[in-house]
Amino acid sequence: MASLDQKIKKKPFGASILFGVVSIGLYITLLANQDILNGNFAKGGLFAFLPIITAFIFSYVHGNFTGHFWTVLGVEASKKKREVK
Amino acid sequence: MHDIAQAATNFIDLNTANIIYLFLVGFVGGLVSGFIGSGGAFVLTPGMMSLGVPGLVAVASNMCHKFPKALVGALKRAKYGQVDVKLGIVLGISAEAGVLYGAHVQENIKKVFGDAGSNLYVSVAFVVVLAVVGIFVLRDAWKTYKSGTQHEEEKITKLARWVQSIHIPGTMVYFKSLNARVSVLFTLPLGFATGMLAATIAVGGFVGVPSMIYVLGAPSLMASATELVIAFVMGLGGSLNYALHGLVDIRLAMIILGGSLFGIQLGAIGTTYVKPFMIKVVMGVIMVIVLFSRGLMVPVYLSQLGLIQTLSDSTVKMLKTTSFAIMIFALALGAFIVLKAMWQGRQAEKLAAQESLVHSKA
Repeated sequence: MASLDQKIKKKPFGASILFGVVSIGLYITLLANQDILNGNFAKGGLFAFLPIITAFIFSYVHGNFTGHFWTVLGVEASKKKREVK
Repeated sequence: MHDIAQAATNFIDLNTANIIYLFLVGFVGGLVSGFIGSGGAFVLTPGMMSLGVPGLVAVASNMCHKFPKALVGALKRAKYGQVDVKLGIVLGISAEAGVLYGAHVQENIKKVFGDAGSNLYVSVAFVVVLAVVGIFVLRDAWKTYKSGTQHEEEKITKLARWVQSIHIPGTMVYFKSLNARVSVLFTLPLGFATGMLAATIAVGGFVGVPSMIYVLGAPSLMASATELVIAFVMGLGGSLNYALHGLVDIRLAMIILGGSLFGIQLGAIGTTYVKPFMIKVVMGVIMVIVLFSRGLMVPVYLSQLGLIQTLSDSTVKMLKTTSFAIMIFALALGAFIVLKAMWQGRQAEKLAAQESLVHSKA
């Protein structure tokens, strides 16, 4: 029982919630400001870096969230270390 | 490439149904990409176009979701020791050149033969490449299954052994996935072909992964993981190029990314449960089914170019719908095989753990 509790405690609930909240916040911001984004992100030139930077920010926040999400659900990589030769 | 001012006005209005649709297709595409290193784009681009997104905006937005997805997938699979970063970057740089040249060829074909000519070129490239490579990959996976050697370590091909034996001074580089030194004069054309295919049919991995396995001698798991590095390098350069012309619809790209990051994590986890030949099975099955899908469209473009008898509107509509449905089926079947193989792997591992517990108690 104790080992089961330890296993549950090890799951990254806190990080999952934190990244999840920030991720949802990013998506709300994205969808609530569609006109501003469309107007500025499609200007070309130096503005071309805006979609690239946005993609990196989303990949960091949402990537961490999705990674923790599956871990919390118990979907993890095989425990047998797979040696790739 | 395109008028910048006009691009922003070409961005569609998004409703809840569109968002859910893009998210789900992104998830399935991500799942397959996490497993075989590529895929999904061949459904995502026409999928966006079916919502009214102009072709170039769909291609640009797909590319802008691809590089952050590939980055997350590559980092995940690097944790499992499956990524050869050096090979990915070397192939990725030459692939970038292939993308630029492929786009240039596309533009010239469009100028001379119009939209129908360009579409015909894309479909024929799909059919020829997928027929040759897809059938070869699937046949190899079948032979491995029939011979019962799927549990054994993968053997490298005669061609790969020959490539690894050639020594050209000043061009040799050591790659950990090959555990050998290979001349970059071999990797350059392979990367270039990957990029050209990516610019033509949006899925460079259909050449990239098999060429790493059969020509260079990389194990399937490492080849599919390293393809994610190539996709990142190609996607980043391509996205910046499209963004300079104002063609990226960031909303579409990020919504698809939202679904695909859930998928790519799952697909990457799946690779740790399956036998390496499953990479070839999933890739081969998808390639062969997509081959039929694109093959159906060839008569449509031939008719539009006046090379065969004109097809009726209802026939064209029927062929287009069937072609798209087959593509979605290909992706869904790929995702199903991945999930099933992963489920079986997990069950087998649980069973083995229970058995060892019983043994230790006994």
